[in-house]
Amino acid sequence: MKKTFRIGGVHPDDSKISAEAAIEIFPAIETAYVSMAQHLGAPATPIVAAGDKVKVGQVIAEPSGFISGFVHSPVSGTVKSVGPRADIAGNMVQHVEITVEGDEWMEDIDRSETIVKDIPFTPEEIIEKVKKAGIVGLGGASFPTHVKLAPPKDKKAECLILNGTECEPFLTSDDRIMREHPQEILIGGAIMMKALGVTRGYVGIEENKPAAIASMKEAAKAFPQIEVVVLKKRYPQGGEKQLIDAVIRRQVPSGALPIDTGAVVQNVGTSLAVYEAVQKNKPLIDNVITVTGRCLPVQHNYKVRIGTPMSKILEVAGGVPEKAGKIISGGPMMGRAIANLDAATVKANGAILVLTPEETRRRPESNCIRCAKCASACPMGLEPWLLNKLSRAGGLHAELEKERVYDCIECGCCSFTCPAGIPLLDMIRMSKAEVMKIMRSRPKK
Amino acid sequence: MNKLIVSPSPHTHGRESTQSIMRDVLIALTPAMVVSVLASGWSALILIVVGVAACILTEFLIQKYLLKTPVTVCDLSAAVTGCLLALNLPPNAPWWLIVIGSVVAIGIAKMTFGGLGQNIFNPALVGRVFLLVSFPVLMTSWSDAGSMFGIVDAFSGATPLGAVKEGLANGLTLSQITADDLTFSQEFFFNAGGSAGELSAIALILGFIYLLCRRVIKATIPVTILCTVFVISGIFWLADPEHYTNPVFNLFSGGLLLGAIFMATDYVTSPMTTLGQIIFGIGIGLITVFVRYFGSYPEGVSFAILIMNCAVPLLNKYCKPHRFGEVKK
Repeated sequence: MKKTFRIGGVHPDDSKISAEAAIEIFPAIETAYVSMAQHLGAPATPIVAAGDKVKVGQVIAEPSGFISGFVHSPVSGTVKSVGPRADIAGNMVQHVEITVEGDEWMEDIDRSETIVKDIPFTPEEIIEKVKKAGIVGLGGASFPTHVKLAPPKDKKAECLILNGTECEPFLTSDDRIMREHPQEILIGGAIMMKALGVTRGYVGIEENKPAAIASMKEAAKAFPQIEVVVLKKRYPQGGEKQLIDAVIRRQVPSGALPIDTGAVVQNVGTSLAVYEAVQKNKPLIDNVITVTGRCLPVQHNYKVRIGTPMSKILEVAGGVPEKAGKIISGGPMMGRAIANLDAATVKANGAILVLTPEETRRRPESNCIRCAKCASACPMGLEPWLLNKLSRAGGLHAELEKERVYDCIECGCCSFTCPAGIPLLDMIRMSKAEVMKIMRSRPKK
Repeated sequence: MNKLIVSPSPHTHGRESTQSIMRDVLIALTPAMVVSVLASGWSALILIVVGVAACILTEFLIQKYLLKTPVTVCDLSAAVTGCLLALNLPPNAPWWLIVIGSVVAIGIAKMTFGGLGQNIFNPALVGRVFLLVSFPVLMTSWSDAGSMFGIVDAFSGATPLGAVKEGLANGLTLSQITADDLTFSQEFFFNAGGSAGELSAIALILGFIYLLCRRVIKATIPVTILCTVFVISGIFWLADPEHYTNPVFNLFSGGLLLGAIFMATDYVTSPMTTLGQIIFGIGIGLITVFVRYFGSYPEGVSFAILIMNCAVPLLNKYCKPHRFGEVKK
């Protein structure tokens, strides 16, 4: 029996149509727009001004708080401006605009293909290097990685779990890097295990990626401490809490942190970035982005410099087809619909998905038939039908808190599965935000 | 290029809809309907057609002219009610009987509560019980229906459960009543008599397997009901086999299978969590056996389900699913 998480989950069509497209280096761009809000937490503070010359990998912004991060120039050239620019949702965010001139890298970056396996650094040095390289969680949440590698003093890490599940339909960037860079990923894992002081590592991969499993298993022969765990295909297995449950059979208690189970989860993409940062001195300046959709003539997995406009990527990929109805940053279950195609990519962008109006059309809503399919699908063991009812009644915050609306991970299984087409997650998301605001406003004990 | 749509996730949807679920239920009921028509002839077919038509029409008229709300008969839920009601009547019942039953089922049990998803009681069962108390003679006479294709000999007389009840009331013991004609195999393929849907256990079980495969229902409720009936009637039977019918007879007689598989699993009127469903199933099983053994009616499944329907809101309130990360105290 292959492992999987124990509560809820759904089986969307995996639609991995771009899985066979090898990673291509995206052509040079003319202008890069580097966002200062590339990580969870406080936006970084720019340290360059218009007119400054920058090289690839040069620091252009510094962290402005504990949970924040460094940002590096993904290109070489001249800073044109520092100022607000619209992100994918249309919100104005501080960006550094750089006019590209050539491709001149910082001298200390090792650009060779040689794989460096020895890890001569202490845990403190590793964490410092990861922090200086501006690495954030590439699975989507973009939480600064160095913070996760240094758990609070009273918590003890016991194992590292690398997340190679890629449970969202359509996404294939993690699949590709696991096929093409298995050794680097595992060295990255070994580096993080050293930083955490743990001796046990796992790589969780869903069964629908046999080539990635084979390549990782082959490479893992040289890493006796790291085990490749093949997981059943089930969404949302890539959720941090679900993955810990699937791999080590422990559930994060409500309100607690994943580290309370002894597990630290890092995406395989993050692991690759950690390898490059620690062994090659290369900061996080590019990432692999899947450009996919059934309406696109060709599927791509591009290695793209951060700060490339989405419209540019789509243009190079063959243009936006006439029948496109919705363009999503990320997968169809948890991705965000792009309102502004001129927005530039950030570190955690993993995919651009183009759907036709038919593929993404919402069902007309009809009466709840109390089938309880939403409750069976909820991976957190909540009752979406009830949360929906309470949310619509309005003002029932105490009841919503009692029903643990704050535990919702917004995976979308409830809305996906509802035969009556009720937008359950829309309702729950709204009331969750209200309840969390009330909870945060309470004096801490 | 079109204007791009911007809306919150998820951006995709599963294939199931209310209509597809109801269609699956109709498909699952097909073997039982076929057996009913083969065994009882045209009258059973007329009953099904009239029942479905009357239920759909009642819902249509109420939504269109009385409530003036969008008409939702296309979701097929009214058709399911019609089929279930037809399978709950004697196959030779007159057509107007099912029309009355349909009007009560849809008009009173379903639409007055707000339509699909809002009703407390299973509409088809409300229709059936209304007819049972209003037209007791028509509802319990299983006179010569005649076989459509001559596969089965014509039935007449009471149902097995009715015969048992009547015999016991007259002071007979079970061995005197049953003689040798209530054999297991007979029950399993063609019941010796009964309402349309009670005729063949195998047809109902086929439907059950289909519903399980299509993940329309879970096995929890039917299995709990059947186990409870088997165990409780088993205890009574072991204590006094001359006055209490044996557990296998209880499982395959009357409307137990039809009720357990198709009526107790109605989404709207059954609990939403596994624990709630188990309590619900045990309740139905207990009440069924008690009505059969001690009640004045020979059959108790309808009453058992309707009584347990009342408990559903309470079961939903107190039986919560296992939350992620919850530690059992």
